[in-house]
Amino acid sequence: MKILVPIKRVVDYNVKVRPLSDNSNVDLNNVKMAVNPFCEIAVEEAVRLKESGTATEIIAVTVGTSASQEQLRTALALGCDRAILIESEENPEPLVIAKALAKIFDEENPDLIILGKQAIDGDNNQTGQMLSAILDLPQATFASKLVIEGQTANVTREIDGGLQTIKVNLPAIVTTDLRLNEPRYASLPNIMKAKKKELATKNINDLGIDTSARTEIISVELPPQREAGIKVESVDQLVDKLKNEAKAI
Amino acid sequence: MSILVIAEHDNSSIRPSTLNTIAAAKLLGDDIHLFVATNNSELPNSASTIENISKVIASVDDTLEHQLPEALAPMIKEVATSYSHVLAPATTFGKNLMPRASALLDSQQISDISGVIDQDTFKRPIYAGSCIATVKSNDSIKLITVRATAFDPVQLSGGSADVESFDSIVSNDKSEFVSEEIAKSDRPELTAADVIISGGRGMQSGDNFHLLETIADKLGAAVGASRAAVDAGFVPNDYQVGQTGKIVAPNLYIAVGISGAIQHLAGMKDSKVIVAINKDEDAPIFQVADYGLVADLFNALPELADKI
Repeated sequence: MKILVPIKRVVDYNVKVRPLSDNSNVDLNNVKMAVNPFCEIAVEEAVRLKESGTATEIIAVTVGTSASQEQLRTALALGCDRAILIESEENPEPLVIAKALAKIFDEENPDLIILGKQAIDGDNNQTGQMLSAILDLPQATFASKLVIEGQTANVTREIDGGLQTIKVNLPAIVTTDLRLNEPRYASLPNIMKAKKKELATKNINDLGIDTSARTEIISVELPPQREAGIKVESVDQLVDKLKNEAKAI
Repeated sequence: MSILVIAEHDNSSIRPSTLNTIAAAKLLGDDIHLFVATNNSELPNSASTIENISKVIASVDDTLEHQLPEALAPMIKEVATSYSHVLAPATTFGKNLMPRASALLDSQQISDISGVIDQDTFKRPIYAGSCIATVKSNDSIKLITVRATAFDPVQLSGGSADVESFDSIVSNDKSEFVSEEIAKSDRPELTAADVIISGGRGMQSGDNFHLLETIADKLGAAVGASRAAVDAGFVPNDYQVGQTGKIVAPNLYIAVGISGAIQHLAGMKDSKVIVAINKDEDAPIFQVADYGLVADLFNALPELADKI
């Protein structure tokens, strides 16, 4: 079984992102970048499938600027066998990313695509579903458990009301939720080995897809800030405030 | 042009998130149609009483019981061509379905809008709500998911929409429903609750959540949790409030033993009144709390249960 794992370079989840002073976009100057946390979970799941003998090859792929090579190397250090960078301008839209990934699917013919349910920058939660639509393949989103059984996958999904299990025919697209697994850290020897693994580069303009942006960012602002509250001294005072000041209970 | 809203429901009733989505649709146009795909032939009729909608487009078929996106997205693609906007709630239902329909229509979806500026321009939170982006869409059919807490719901009754049937049912041989574990509770749902009391890692165990439940039952509140508490196995995933869990905005949110990571704040900081109970006086949760109590929750919660 061959697995394709699309990943994304995003701002590290600990960074508090702020708008640029002219409010034209977010300020990403000199901020720490990382692999999107949901993508790390996708890589981990693929690596576990390889370790258990289910998968034979894992290909990491990303759509982004050449700086994204850093995140592909991380994926290689975590256990992916080779990587593909589809070089594009900064921040392509999910629809463009999905179209580019569909082209890679056509070239590689993987049996399974595992990717994060959302990237923590745009919080869009779209790429996996869009890729499924373009390829006319089944989708199993927000996965908390993945079991491969022959030519099908049983996937437990985190939904608002609880858990749902569906069965999808392979090839299929699976998007990861938080509790699918706990990703490992790359070991130093594996980081060294990853430097020697194959990392191919393609240009998005050579894929024969429409890469035009459909949306424009008009402005980026801070959300309304909450005014600082008060510290109460006791449960009695808290109950009094909630009853008589906030009238919330 | 008319606006199409995709109804979220459980085949027996329309979910409240649909009513918030119709409220957002009202800001885009007056002629709002509701698409109901279900196995229950009675549901479209009961949906026709929702206020502010002029038409219910009903797709009724046994195969639509679980509304899997492999069947539903192509149907939406066919219906959507006569609309300027297609809206669904940004719940796991809408998040799963809408991008698939959007790609079929070659449209770049706008996710999780929290405001409508005009027909083409929307506000939406990005980076876990650290920033609010104003985004303009240039697609001719705009697919949008709606943050329910940002729009006050329309009423379930008072309307009298026509019901029209849509019979181009798409068969799906790619995926099938296997099973579901839906949490049953007598307490209100998190996303619809007026009061929520949530626990974090500081609760130390799932058993200790009974301390929250006692208070929840007195206040008619829902019980939620931070990601840390869900990851630790204290409570199931459907309790999770935050960037990747549920987005809530109750009148009163009580955060207990929750430090207040930005990912949790993203899910609750639009609550009207926030109370934090934490023994760490430097916990970031206190920066958004209207009332903070620095205390050991194992002392404070039983006392609070007695005094409310």
